Amino acid sequence: MGELTWRHCKEALMQGTMVTAATLLFGSLLTLLAVVTVKGWQGMSWAMLVRLPKSGSYLGGEGGILNAIVGSLLLAVGATLLALCLALPVALLLQPDYAGRTKFAQFLRLLLNLLWGVPSIVYGACGFALLVALGWRACLLGGIIALTFVELPIMVRAMDEALRMVPKAMKEAAYSLALTRWETMRHVVVRQALPGLVTAVLLAFGRGIGDAASVLFTAGYTDNLPRSLFDPVASLPVAVFFLLNSPFAEVQRQAYAAAFVLLVLVLLVSVLTRLLAARLSRYLVR
Amino acid sequence: MASRLWQERLATALLWASGFLVIGLTGALFTALFVRALPILHRQPLSSLLTGEQWQPAKGIFGFAPFLAGSLWVTLTAMALAVPLSLLTAIYLAEYARPQVRLTLKPLVDLMAGIPSVVYGVFGVLVIVPAVGKIATFVKTHLSSVPLLSPSMPPTGYSVLAGGIVLALMVSPTIIAITDEVLRSVPMSLREATLALGATRWETVRFVVLRAARPGIVSAILLGFARAFGETMAVLMVVGNVPSMPQSPFDPAYPLPALIANNYGEMMSIPLYDAALMLAALLLFVTVLVVNLAAQLILRRLGRGWAN
Amino acid sequence: MPHIVVRNLTVRYDGHEALREVSVEIPDGQITVVLGPSGCGKTTFLRCLNRLIDLTDGAKVTGEVLIDGENILAPDTDLLRLRKKVGMLAQKPQVLPMSIYENVAFGAWLHGVRDKKALDALVRDCLKRVHLWDEVKDRLFAPASQLSVGQQQRLCLARSLAVEPEVLLCDEPTSALDPISAQRVEELFFELKERYTLVLVTHTLRQAKRLADYVLFFYMGELVEHGLAQRVFSEPRDERTRAFLAGVIG
Repeated sequence: MGELTWRHCKEALMQGTMVTAATLLFGSLLTLLAVVTVKGWQGMSWAMLVRLPKSGSYLGGEGGILNAIVGSLLLAVGATLLALCLALPVALLLQPDYAGRTKFAQFLRLLLNLLWGVPSIVYGACGFALLVALGWRACLLGGIIALTFVELPIMVRAMDEALRMVPKAMKEAAYSLALTRWETMRHVVVRQALPGLVTAVLLAFGRGIGDAASVLFTAGYTDNLPRSLFDPVASLPVAVFFLLNSPFAEVQRQAYAAAFVLLVLVLLVSVLTRLLAARLSRYLVR
Repeated sequence: MASRLWQERLATALLWASGFLVIGLTGALFTALFVRALPILHRQPLSSLLTGEQWQPAKGIFGFAPFLAGSLWVTLTAMALAVPLSLLTAIYLAEYARPQVRLTLKPLVDLMAGIPSVVYGVFGVLVIVPAVGKIATFVKTHLSSVPLLSPSMPPTGYSVLAGGIVLALMVSPTIIAITDEVLRSVPMSLREATLALGATRWETVRFVVLRAARPGIVSAILLGFARAFGETMAVLMVVGNVPSMPQSPFDPAYPLPALIANNYGEMMSIPLYDAALMLAALLLFVTVLVVNLAAQLILRRLGRGWAN
Repeated sequence: MPHIVVRNLTVRYDGHEALREVSVEIPDGQITVVLGPSGCGKTTFLRCLNRLIDLTDGAKVTGEVLIDGENILAPDTDLLRLRKKVGMLAQKPQVLPMSIYENVAFGAWLHGVRDKKALDALVRDCLKRVHLWDEVKDRLFAPASQLSVGQQQRLCLARSLAVEPEVLLCDEPTSALDPISAQRVEELFFELKERYTLVLVTHTLRQAKRLADYVLFFYMGELVEHGLAQRVFSEPRDERTRAFLAGVIG
């Protein structure tokens, strides 16, 4: 009987340990959200969002982070669009209808999985090497290109999963109606997989806004709004990084505000993703 | 009819072209990296670069050992914290939590994964660094004789431990998500068979479910390691960035990604500095690649795993 | 031998009744066959007897199941002790991710047998009793997944026996097997009933006629009729039983 009680005790002990672990992790998350929100909110004001920093952002006190907000959006939207142009065709290529079962596709999948794991700073360094070779300065275009490399593997992987979930029977029904592969993809598969595809795009976009390491040397930094693709551009994550190091409390407050705005943006994208996925599922066959 | 066929051929061609484009771009990018790192590789053999402990770019001395050590210290600390916490949480979510609890907590895990690293960095600077600083001072005053524990420099809180804690928070969602998926793919009938033998739920998990899920869990941990090794911003903000070999978790460190991020500004002004930083990027890339490859291979073999 | 008494057992899922007010006494040391068409509640009934019903989401169970006088449906029942006493063989053989030896030894090891010699003897004994010993004695440490489906099911039986139960619940134990393996497993049941009480679910009438000492006939969640096999098969009292036996329903 002692053996039995000990086993029951172990069960209770392990359950307690698991709950403690989960509490620690989720508690840290909630603390993080609370701290960033509180600190960020303190420095927040409408002016912060719509004004550019006054010249010399390390020293200046008034002014806002508009440069970073606009910059982040430009970078992320640009990179997401570029990545989309490449990710969708590649994801379609990976489907069994095209290259899906060949060694080529296996290799491509493996490559994309490895690219997914490459730290974004390596993409930044590569991007910088490219910029130097071309003789360009750090600019919006450079940042977009580096960021595209960060977003591409994420998007392809998510799109691939979404496309794979389309039931084979549905595709066979289309083929037996004498549709070509491309027509099947375009009119049937993409439509059925649309929520998943949109989620993939938004997922990549969310990652793109938050990434600092890839745009650090490729996009530069400026207090102004870029006027062309070849001007340097600020971004929220880089702004947080630079402004936090300032000895001036007012500037630090801008950093916290930028972090808060970033967090809110990421949360918004996350919520939007779920809503859109639900909305787009109207015609789906389950 | 002809135009439909034409469209089909064009579409197919474009799709294949995009595939080759991706492969080509990847190759080009990393060739660029390698080419720009060559100058320093020509001057010094790789082994001496990797073991050199001095980093004085102005004098042309490039020793990468402190940075490699820094990366390892921080990443291993992070894994030591993250793996037990993540595995326990994942087991709880997959095996024990009631459906409503799971429905609330799973999106939180996704949320954690999506938070940008600078935000984790801000949290680190505001909360973790001061906390670690206090603990470090305590250790320095009362436990100064303990070897691997006591700080070798005046503790500021900017340390390996701070970096490790922040990284552990960042890497946990990855490990939890993959482990959760792997656990849920173990068939229910396996658990029922074990429970019917009179096992407790924990015994079922420990002796049967985890064994069945082992390859997936190992690869989850490897993927977490790779992510932690390559993480830049959050670690950079809390780890101290002092190029010396850390001797305790309370010492500052200078991981490879931080090296690259901090110094790209001076890169072009000192000869060979840019090649050195590109080499650092290359080292980072190769390490992460190898670990990821191992994880991918293990995940591949999952299909031909123990069970039918 | 434990005495199993079921009183007013009712099981509901999502508002629909899977079992309604089942009351019966299951005889010791015999093969009791639970018979009925698909979906009539036979598996649900079986899963109540070792509390595996707990694992089904949303199942609400009322009534009593007394084993040796204790109501095992009470919340404070020691499930570990219950499941040691009442073992189960599932329909689709589910081997554990271990070697053949470990599969058999695992249950006993969990319940406290740690001595290597005792475990060796136990494994040999159980494998012999299911007539699997000769086929596997040279590869005891090979993965259990290498065995054929018929062998796997016998292994699962050996695994259940190693825990030294008193009751064996078998849910359509031969439906996933080829006819030859099925026959071998059925022969095993005749040998086993000398030491254990067996409760077998089946939906094939012929198997029931071959094996049963006692019959429980279920239809749409209700225990329609029960009694000695000979009597139920030759003189069924309820017209639903007659219909099933004649092949009209099920």
